Amino acid sequence: MAPRDIERVPEIGVASDVYGGTLARTWETEPGIAGFFSTVDHKQIGIRYIVTAFVFLILGGLEALVMRIQLARPGQNLLTPEQYDQLFSTHGMTMIFLYALPVLSGFSNYLWPLLLGARDMALPRLNAFSYWVYVAAGIFMYVGFAIGAGPNDGWFNYVPYASGPFNPGMSMDFYALGMIFLGISTTVGAANFLVTLFRTRAPGMSINRIPILIWGTLTASAANLLVVPAVSLAFFLLWMDRQFGTHFFDVASGGQPLLWQHLFWMFGHPWVYAIVLPAMGMVSDGLPTFCRRPLVGYTPVALSTVATMILGFGVWVHHMFATGLPSLALSFFSAASIIIAVPSAVAVFAWTATIWTGRPVITTAFLFFSSMIVLFTIGGVSGFMTGSVPVDWQLTDTYFVVAHLHYVLIGINLFPVVGGIYYWFPKMTGRMLDERIGRWNFWTMFVGFNIAFLPMHLVGLWGMPRRVYTYPAGIGFDWLNLIVSIGSFIFAIGVLLLLVNVVRSLKHGAIAGANPWDAPTLEWSVSSPPPPYNFAVIPRVVSRHPLWEDRLKEREVRSATQEGLLLDHGRETIATTPLDAVPDLILKMPEDSYMPFALGVALAAGFTGLLLHWWWLVVIAGIAVAASIVIWLWPERELGQVAGVAP
Amino acid sequence: MTDVALGQRPLPVGSTRRNTVAWWGVLCLIGTEGALFAYLLFSYYYTALQLGDDFGQPRHPQLELSLPNTIVLLTSSVFVWWGDRSIKRGQSAQFFIGYGIGLLLGIAFLVIQTFEWRSQTFSLTSGVYGSLFFTVTGFHMAHVIVGVLALASILVWAALGYFDENRCVPVLVAAAYWHFVDAVWIAVFFTFYLTPYFW
Repeated sequence: MAPRDIERVPEIGVASDVYGGTLARTWETEPGIAGFFSTVDHKQIGIRYIVTAFVFLILGGLEALVMRIQLARPGQNLLTPEQYDQLFSTHGMTMIFLYALPVLSGFSNYLWPLLLGARDMALPRLNAFSYWVYVAAGIFMYVGFAIGAGPNDGWFNYVPYASGPFNPGMSMDFYALGMIFLGISTTVGAANFLVTLFRTRAPGMSINRIPILIWGTLTASAANLLVVPAVSLAFFLLWMDRQFGTHFFDVASGGQPLLWQHLFWMFGHPWVYAIVLPAMGMVSDGLPTFCRRPLVGYTPVALSTVATMILGFGVWVHHMFATGLPSLALSFFSAASIIIAVPSAVAVFAWTATIWTGRPVITTAFLFFSSMIVLFTIGGVSGFMTGSVPVDWQLTDTYFVVAHLHYVLIGINLFPVVGGIYYWFPKMTGRMLDERIGRWNFWTMFVGFNIAFLPMHLVGLWGMPRRVYTYPAGIGFDWLNLIVSIGSFIFAIGVLLLLVNVVRSLKHGAIAGANPWDAPTLEWSVSSPPPPYNFAVIPRVVSRHPLWEDRLKEREVRSATQEGLLLDHGRETIATTPLDAVPDLILKMPEDSYMPFALGVALAAGFTGLLLHWWWLVVIAGIAVAASIVIWLWPERELGQVAGVAP
Repeated sequence: MTDVALGQRPLPVGSTRRNTVAWWGVLCLIGTEGALFAYLLFSYYYTALQLGDDFGQPRHPQLELSLPNTIVLLTSSVFVWWGDRSIKRGQSAQFFIGYGIGLLLGIAFLVIQTFEWRSQTFSLTSGVYGSLFFTVTGFHMAHVIVGVLALASILVWAALGYFDENRCVPVLVAAAYWHFVDAVWIAVFFTFYLTPYFW
């Protein structure tokens, strides 16, 4: 058979209502329970990710509030030391693993195809699978917490505290297996973002025209692909040590406790950037809309995003300055940690210049995005300080570090995320969030956050150690801790106001229309909420701001959103070349499928079997996993995977 | 960069050769799995360097089974490569021979490897070296098993007449994974069987 037998000239046409109706029937998910378990629509999956991540954010937040009640006054007995250990460890696990990355995956899942001019992610079924595994792993770990076996050695879980003889019970087994399970979700999600970026951009959206959010998630995904195996392996070796008597971390038999720290932080530090770079990208894309001008310094910001991650691979030892490593190693990692301030500063200066030279429209989203610059700078400076070895020796394991990491994670993750909700909620739901509640929401969160976390720097400098369940009266920690606790409750009220606003606006919010903010990128060219197929015709892109071209007048040519490739022979979208985005293939996109859910359930059963040593269950689940994968990958005629099918 | 014209140019439809998403997907899989083995070998070298003479690895690891077995696995890669090339040229019979022999050699590797495991004087729990040896080679064996299942699935699908020179992406994907698993073995073999000779 000659190659031309599988080729077709894609038709070019104009989007009409009739045509949209036909496409909708092709792309829409079955309503009801069947569609719920089988959908592969990136928009539904994205919103699910965000909602689930917020459920975990609330759980993690409640855990923090309980700890703050315990610490509000000296010598309290609300919690036993063991309960406190589980609370702060579960709080860290929840916020860092079950909230911070998944919420960004949610935004990226929802937004990527819309930003890129595609009809779905490149691997839609893998996308659904990634979500189901995330939920299952989250439930798995929280079952442990619910039966009193949550993690209890901090989220970084150092050996030998975590080893069998020193930590009997199931806490560590829940955590170890749960983290390996969750790693599957993160990894397949990262692969999906990479393939989506390199294959499914709209014609003409060359690599220098993609939004910064795409750069952020791309960079984070590339890193996750390479570093998640480190932590999965570390937890696997720990589980082997605990259950099968291996000696990886067992000092008496030559095991290496520091191997745990190396593997964990080789993962852990790039992960820190993975959970902020996409959020920084949201700011880089959202802030200019409200400044009524393009981002200042697109190219430096894009390059510094990538540079941050590359440097981020070489800084993990700054978490280990106090472990007695040779001073040459300390010097190298200290230098790398300090140099990373440069690309971070590039972004800060670019955002500041964008506001400075723009005509800012003060909306709630703008307040969240711009305040993030302040919080990022504070968190960056405290990070810069602890990047210096002698300062770190003084401050490690004190509340100064707690203050630093909360400024970084809440400042560069949660504030942009809440700003992103105000910005994209109209696109997702078709309704605006209330701006008046929004102001209260912002100021309560901003003030509460700073009251809660700014004094932590001081209490840390005065020597209060982290991870202690109480402290004695009269050594100078009392009133500062009370202020911190009060601030944390104000902050929590701010988060509650967000939830109130969301619930209220879902029903009563003003109708948004396609482009309520007069924003420049492709997601605003389609209706709110977008139709199941996203784009009736595949847009053709000639600039970074397809919807602002008439005003910016940078060039003569214009992007086309109403006329373009039709692609309506079943579920189709266009594949383009990785750099220049020239069309080179018509992609056949898969129908909805139960296999992602089935595979997720089979894996959950397998991990449960491993946890309980029910080997019969492990065997059955293993067979089910293999069968699910074979059925999933079975070549399909409709997808053009089988010989002799007409195109 | 240049603007793109939407010419009336024919484009391939569906799954074909190396520009499909599946091919890019398997490259990602290889990337992340390659990283996994890098961390496994890092764990070995880190522990070995920290412990020095106390590491307890055999001075002269036995090559009687492991060296021929290495050749078996590498030969399987050659046959799979040949089968892969044949399907792209539309030579169905050669493809079946190539993948069939590749599959049999893969299974032979697994069988020989179990003998190799049983012939060791140390065990998973005898010391940190034994833990590393059986865990790293065990990870590799698990990957060979996945590769064998993949080759077997490909042969079944091919027997059902699913593939020709245009529609053969699963064949190429399985081949890429198989070559990766073999390349990893070279690193594992070098680490566990050859480096102690130069220690």
